[in-house]
Amino acid sequence: MERHSFTPSITALLLLIPACALAAPDPPRQAQLQHLLDQDCGACHGLRMTGGLGPPLTREALAGKSRDSLIATVTLGRPGSAMPGWAPLLGPDDIRWLVDRLLQGKPAR
Amino acid sequence: MIRSLLSIATAAILLAGCAQPTLRGTGDLGVVVERASGSLQIIESDGRSLLARVEGLGDLSHASVVFSRDQRYAYVFGRDGGLSKVDLLTARIDRRILQGGNSIGGAISQDGKLIAVSNYEPGGVKVFDARTLEQLADIPATPLPDAGKRSRVVGLVDAPGQRFVFSLFDTGEIWTADFSNGPTPRIERFTGIGQQPYDALITPDGRYYMAGLFGEDGMAQLDLWHPEHGVKRVLGHYGRGEARLPVYKMPHLEGWAVADQQAFVPAVGHHQVLVMNATTWQQVDAIAVAGQPVFVTARPDGRQLWVNFAYPDNDRVQVIDTQTHAIVADLRPGPAVLHMEFTARGDQLWLSVRDGGEVQVWDPYRLERIGTLPSLSPSGIFFSSRAHKPGY
Repeated sequence: MERHSFTPSITALLLLIPACALAAPDPPRQAQLQHLLDQDCGACHGLRMTGGLGPPLTREALAGKSRDSLIATVTLGRPGSAMPGWAPLLGPDDIRWLVDRLLQGKPAR
Repeated sequence: MIRSLLSIATAAILLAGCAQPTLRGTGDLGVVVERASGSLQIIESDGRSLLARVEGLGDLSHASVVFSRDQRYAYVFGRDGGLSKVDLLTARIDRRILQGGNSIGGAISQDGKLIAVSNYEPGGVKVFDARTLEQLADIPATPLPDAGKRSRVVGLVDAPGQRFVFSLFDTGEIWTADFSNGPTPRIERFTGIGQQPYDALITPDGRYYMAGLFGEDGMAQLDLWHPEHGVKRVLGHYGRGEARLPVYKMPHLEGWAVADQQAFVPAVGHHQVLVMNATTWQQVDAIAVAGQPVFVTARPDGRQLWVNFAYPDNDRVQVIDTQTHAIVADLRPGPAVLHMEFTARGDQLWLSVRDGGEVQVWDPYRLERIGTLPSLSPSGIFFSSRAHKPGY
């Protein structure tokens, strides 16, 4: 898994996301991210995203939640819970792709 | 005549021999959880080989296993609430039930007759007959303000005196359930033990139950010889003044050890293994390691510790000398090392390399890899010798 350096402020980048269309991760990166979603997000949220220590992230569970707030949660984490911020490890385009994947309903393996 | 009788007798003996499988024990057997495919590999440590694969065990993300005292059956606790009793000799599922919606682990009672399962959903503990998997007791956890929900339960262990001990993640409690007078337990509740206990351990003598806290630094300790003294805090403020780092995988307290009168546990949010004096329970050191430790597993002789790490440092394993606290080896076994298990006498260490699709066998004295077996996204490795280890 490659690491992304991340110097500009997260908030500034988040604001930029709606303005300019960031490049979607290329297919090899998508495969890495899908693996991360299944295995590492799955460590807390379940391999099938049905929840565990972390809440369920199925399509039904996320219905009505805003995409921006989900992106912010993945980026910054959720203080007071076990959810860490992923900004030190993932770029904003990666996080956007992961959130979209969850909103589409991650297909069962 | 005599000759033909003899040959008939020989044939009969041979036939009987064919009809019966070769007898074998189960003390050298173990299982590997294949988390993505919901299957279990049956392995043996004597010849370091795979014997069989058992399928159909459901969602095995975060699965754990305990063993019957005859070491023949493995009880598998799945994420989807599945409780499966697997026969190691026939490599078949003997019984399987769906007992909850979302579970996290389990334990077997001191007498081997009860199986307890801790659940996130519905939050609580359920207890089953180890032979039939018939439900005997239901212990719902403390209700949450959130309508209908109850606290998630973690850190379930067996304790002497036919007890189970567990922690309530959301409400910060430790409960003991005493089954010594039959299937209706006597419950004792300790509240306000600290924020978000995430896992727990019990000392090998069954005296101290210690829950690691995620919501604050430290551990909550219950002396089961003196429950009237209540829960005490140990390792309070171990990370004082240091920025807390993100935790990309929750540490586990199983496999921890008392070695050379010291106890070694993973820190949370700090890339350290914490060392306590195992008599006073005061912190005596913090050993800097490669990442967020997940398992801190002692070689059975207590001389060295093997430590693996959370993502993104989960390709590494470090070995620590328990006397000098020096890191004596920095290994890179492969991508995503999830779990490590020693044979009971410590001549072998098995570790799972999830993204490498293999289980590796190491000689923990020479620090050399001595074998590799293919496996599908392996996570937990459990040897049947756990059957006779209290707290496992």
